[in-house]
Amino acid sequence: MAHEHAALQHHFDDMDQQLEASTLGMWAFLITEVLFFGGLFAGYLIYRTKFPEAFDLGSHELDIKFGAINTAVLIGSSLTMVLAVYFAQLGQRMKIVFFLFATLVLGGTFLGIKAVEYSHKIHDGLLPGPGFTFDSPIADQVRIFFSFYFAMTGLHAFHMIIGAGLLSWLMYNAWQGKYDSSYNTPVELVGLYWHFVDIVWIFLFPLLYLIGRN
Amino acid sequence: MSTAVFKPSKSQLADQSDGASNYLNAGFSAKSWLLTVDHKRIAILYLISITLFFFLGGLFAVLIRLELLTPQGDLMQAETYNKMFTMHGIVMIFFFLIPSIPAVLGNFLIPLMIGAKDLAFPRINLLSWYIYSVGGLFTFAAIVFGGVDTGWTFYTPYSSTYSNSNVILVAVGVFITGFSSILTGLNFIVTIHKMRAPGMTWFRLPLFVWAHYATSIIQVLGTPVVTAAIMLIGLERLFGFGIFDPKLGGDPLLFQHLFWFYSHPAVYIMILPGMGVISEVITCFAKKKVFGYSFIAFSSIAIAVLGFLVWGHHMFTSGQSVYTSLVFSILTFLVAVPSAIKVFNWTATLYKGAVSYDAPMLYALGFIGLFTIGGLTGIFLGTLAVDVHVHDTYFVVAHFHYIMVGGAIMAYMAGLHFWWPKITGRLYPEGWARFSALVIFIGFHLTFFPQFIVGYLGMPRRYHVYPEEFQILNVLSTAGATILGVGYLIPLIYFTWSLKSGPKASANPWGAKGLEWEKASSPPSQYNFEKTPVVTEEAYDYEPTIWLK
Amino acid sequence: MSQHIVPMRVYFVIFFSLLILTAVTVWVAFFDLGAVNDAVALGIATTKAMLVILYFMHVRYSSKLTWIFAATGFLFLIILLAFTLSDVLTRDWIPVSAGWGGGAQ
Repeated sequence: MAHEHAALQHHFDDMDQQLEASTLGMWAFLITEVLFFGGLFAGYLIYRTKFPEAFDLGSHELDIKFGAINTAVLIGSSLTMVLAVYFAQLGQRMKIVFFLFATLVLGGTFLGIKAVEYSHKIHDGLLPGPGFTFDSPIADQVRIFFSFYFAMTGLHAFHMIIGAGLLSWLMYNAWQGKYDSSYNTPVELVGLYWHFVDIVWIFLFPLLYLIGRN
Repeated sequence: MSTAVFKPSKSQLADQSDGASNYLNAGFSAKSWLLTVDHKRIAILYLISITLFFFLGGLFAVLIRLELLTPQGDLMQAETYNKMFTMHGIVMIFFFLIPSIPAVLGNFLIPLMIGAKDLAFPRINLLSWYIYSVGGLFTFAAIVFGGVDTGWTFYTPYSSTYSNSNVILVAVGVFITGFSSILTGLNFIVTIHKMRAPGMTWFRLPLFVWAHYATSIIQVLGTPVVTAAIMLIGLERLFGFGIFDPKLGGDPLLFQHLFWFYSHPAVYIMILPGMGVISEVITCFAKKKVFGYSFIAFSSIAIAVLGFLVWGHHMFTSGQSVYTSLVFSILTFLVAVPSAIKVFNWTATLYKGAVSYDAPMLYALGFIGLFTIGGLTGIFLGTLAVDVHVHDTYFVVAHFHYIMVGGAIMAYMAGLHFWWPKITGRLYPEGWARFSALVIFIGFHLTFFPQFIVGYLGMPRRYHVYPEEFQILNVLSTAGATILGVGYLIPLIYFTWSLKSGPKASANPWGAKGLEWEKASSPPSQYNFEKTPVVTEEAYDYEPTIWLK
Repeated sequence: MSQHIVPMRVYFVIFFSLLILTAVTVWVAFFDLGAVNDAVALGIATTKAMLVILYFMHVRYSSKLTWIFAATGFLFLIILLAFTLSDVLTRDWIPVSAGWGGGAQ
């Protein structure tokens, strides 16, 4: 090695090894995330199979406009995230900060729309629990649909909030000029995380909003 | 990879002035331990924590065995007894067995064995110990506030709807501790992939490292699913979701599927690292190259993968589909194949070796016998028709204690004795160690062998009263447990003694092969090696014994 | 560094493909195609996920090891789903008595 990079930790030989290890670690973490959400998807699949009518009914209660707009917003945030990574690789400080900020704004928009949706549903008495009201002979089964709706979107929203925290931290560091073409691993790793959260939503949207539309 | 210049940070440079410095005398303040990122010190933190939990779990076992001394419920009521076996299970499994070998021995040894300065993510390693501790505190709080009575399996709908004990607190504890296990596994996987020294190819890795790689796969793939399941129990208790409540159309079996998707492979989290220890100990004390290296290595991976295809054998009598049960039963037999390969290869390694019977070897030999009994009875239980007969009897209790205590804890003891000189730089008293190995072996059999019989005769598990004809076998079991308890206390005493008063150990007291013995001092220096070692030979390259020359 | 820099144009192409696929999946959902609805919705979702994984997450330009890691999570998810579903789907093939208090009186 000609010189040692300031960001190189003592137990790595060089920056390549450090980058490869960090990326692999992030992927291993994402595997656990796949299976974490996977537990909920398994539950969804079982009850969808058992109670198809109730799931159609429940799905009808959701507002497809909110779901579709949020999908577009999240895809947009994935684009801005990947552009932040792109400019980090080129080492253009202000553009990194700008696109991280754009990602943060889009993520915030998603959460805002989600909050509006939640308050509508809770107001309509669709939050599972003692206050749950739904006028149908299969109300108990519809309640299970809403259990999954709140559990899955809630866990997803929780991941978004964590992501927003990470983005703010990245923005601060990027502003300080910590990332350039030779070292931008954190931007890349948070990018992987953010895209994963996007993928979860890509599956949640059709499973929760689109079934039984016809 | 290059043998890069050794680059300590500023704060670490201060400690380098002392010539004979090692990781133990690199700093004495509480901060130097509690904020350390050195994998060796974190291993010691884990060693202390899991030892505490081991004796806490042991205390519950003592109370269980005392109650079962007589057929009547004269020591405690049914509710109290339910809490005893639940907390024994939860403490022993989530807070002792799962972290035991990986977090203590694996943490300490993997970087040393592959020639690295540390794990790939030292700060995450420290974080995982803190996460473990927080999870432990929640569980401990639940115990103090009156315990939990669901069984360690948290079966729904009892745990989600009906139990009046501290389910939420314990669920939070287990939930949190799961992340510690995930992070440890993640750290090992990346370390083994990316941190190996020059020349340390995959097929030169010690089998201990292969076993931990397989374990880590399970930790990363399985743990999140049980985490999700436990989260759903919490949501169900707090908000009344109804996912597991049959009254509302929910399916309690869904919980069992999610639970066993992790918890069956979790058995291999407990036993695979033990198998890794045994491979190291057997080769060293037979002074012989291991028989069938690649078979043992790949059988670890095979066990990890096959372990995910058999979870339904815990649910044969639960109302699970008969057809699914058939498939799970057949797949269960497959796990026997890689397990048997290991046993055959260990015994073949002993053949014509120069075998010596030091304490680690005694534990290792004990492991092979006990694991074989535990494994074979597992085949009985995996057989659909037989399981219907012995399900939820003491036969099952005996079976999994042969694997977990006879297997995992024997291996942990073997490993602890084997690497004690390396970890502490001190020798333990060999005579006492051999004596306690013998006491544990005898005590173990006396405790659990009668349980096979009493279970086969029909005594169900999880009851505090039983018919009088089972008393003699239960008295034998309690007597054995007493001996076993003494067997575990002796090492606690002489290990503690040896820390101050044991003779100083040389770098390689056993004449063993491996980077941790040949290239690192006892105890190792703060960054493990003076310079990055270069590996030029296969693992276990012992001189052929005299009979083979 | 060994980072592969993907031209910005690629990212925009993927972005618009994802938007178009979202529109298609919403549009299709309003037709009654029976079981085909589910297949189309999941097919489009999987395609979108693949685009994100391959391009936004750079797997297409990554080492074999990353491919294996990315695939492993989904493989084991399929194992979880398949076995659990096999139980639920075949549980009632053999009729069982109505159990406590119901059947044999």
